Amino acid sequence: MSAQGRTGSGFGRSGFSMGARFLLLAIVCVALMLLDRREQHLVRVRQALQVVVYPVRVAVDLPFNAWNSVRDTFAARQRLIEENRQFRRARLETEARLLRLEALESENARLRELLDSTARIGNRALVAEILAVDLDPYHQRFDLNRGLVDGVYVGQALIDAEGVIGQVVRVGPLTSEAVLITDPDHAVPVSVNRNGVRTIAVGTGDRGRLRLRNLTNNADIVVGDVLVSSGLGGVFPAGYPVARVVEVTRRPDQPFAEVIAEPASSLDRDREVLLVWNAPEEAPRAAEVAAVGTNGAGSH
Amino acid sequence: MAAHRRNWMASIASLAATLALASVPLPDSVAPLRPDWVAVVLLYWSLRAPRHFSLMTAFWMGIALDTLTGALLGQNALALLVVVYLAEKFHLRLRVFPLSQLALTVLVLLGLYEFILFWVDGMAGRTVPLVERWVPPLTGTLVWALLYVLFDRREREAPARL
Repeated sequence: MSAQGRTGSGFGRSGFSMGARFLLLAIVCVALMLLDRREQHLVRVRQALQVVVYPVRVAVDLPFNAWNSVRDTFAARQRLIEENRQFRRARLETEARLLRLEALESENARLRELLDSTARIGNRALVAEILAVDLDPYHQRFDLNRGLVDGVYVGQALIDAEGVIGQVVRVGPLTSEAVLITDPDHAVPVSVNRNGVRTIAVGTGDRGRLRLRNLTNNADIVVGDVLVSSGLGGVFPAGYPVARVVEVTRRPDQPFAEVIAEPASSLDRDREVLLVWNAPEEAPRAAEVAAVGTNGAGSH
Repeated sequence: MAAHRRNWMASIASLAATLALASVPLPDSVAPLRPDWVAVVLLYWSLRAPRHFSLMTAFWMGIALDTLTGALLGQNALALLVVVYLAEKFHLRLRVFPLSQLALTVLVLLGLYEFILFWVDGMAGRTVPLVERWVPPLTGTLVWALLYVLFDRREREAPARL
């Protein structure tokens, strides 16, 4: 092996000495990092690289996918029947609620028209699947099987049946990268459903905890309060459940109360999530991003 | 020529497998123990057969890892470059070390790798935990030692071929 090595096989051998090559490549790395720090400069490069590593992602996801389908195939009949019954019941309930909601929605639209305020557009949504790929262990990020081709854009909100999950931070041609609301670098503007008190839910790095910031000691917040997205900031559509308060600590010597909340959706287990198109002004931006892809987003 | 090509293909396949290992999902309880697979494998090769993979390979593996993990582009690449460069530069001196000292060197190099990642994260203003960070070099050293004992021992015991 080493004898063969000495004759100079392998990749990328050049005339430079090893020290010079090392220095050159290290400088390239530093330059890349400086450019990448300001996200926009390397978007195209990243998209190209995403395509290159796509096979690895698929290869990693494949066994998990296969295992799931095998499990589904051999699931006990009794369990399927039971599940089916549950779903049917749930669907009935949901549809009944939906009927009422539709009536409310049209009423709301009428009232808004009367008030001459901007009507809210019904949120467009697309189902995406989480790829079974572990990203950076210290940041709560994951990959989705939707990309530019589907019209996904940076900053798009992710929800599931229980509430807000996170948002898209990077879009590749076929996949995109999203960050959970519990990532330590992430924050969601929320309001307390009971009384409209506004605050910000910041991730802690622990998938079961969010920290609420800037709540004074006398703020009206109690354990059990439901927090919904407030729609401020324009990323998350307003009114989706985000978390439930589980712990309120008030210390007289501290200006702010320490409030911990538990995310509404089970962030660990979901394999399918919904990408929602939020504000009306996002629509042209999404279309513009999609135009870069091959298909465009017109079909959804 | 055919053998050479087969060798090349095997290298590519093993590198891709390493990337897959680095991104396979683990249960939350085990995930912090995951060794830095790419660093461990490249380090193993640069100590066992220097120049089998070049610095260029380390660079591209780093870029691929950055893309896969969503890190700053060039972060893993830089860390891998430094570690592989040091290992290749000093491999003649390291070769004569007994296993224990060699393992210690690997631990230091993997620690350096982790430190560079940590440092870049800090410069880029990303929030990172302080303690969990230093577990992967330990598990990485164990994996390296295992590879070494399984595949290299016998070769070293045979009379040196120069």
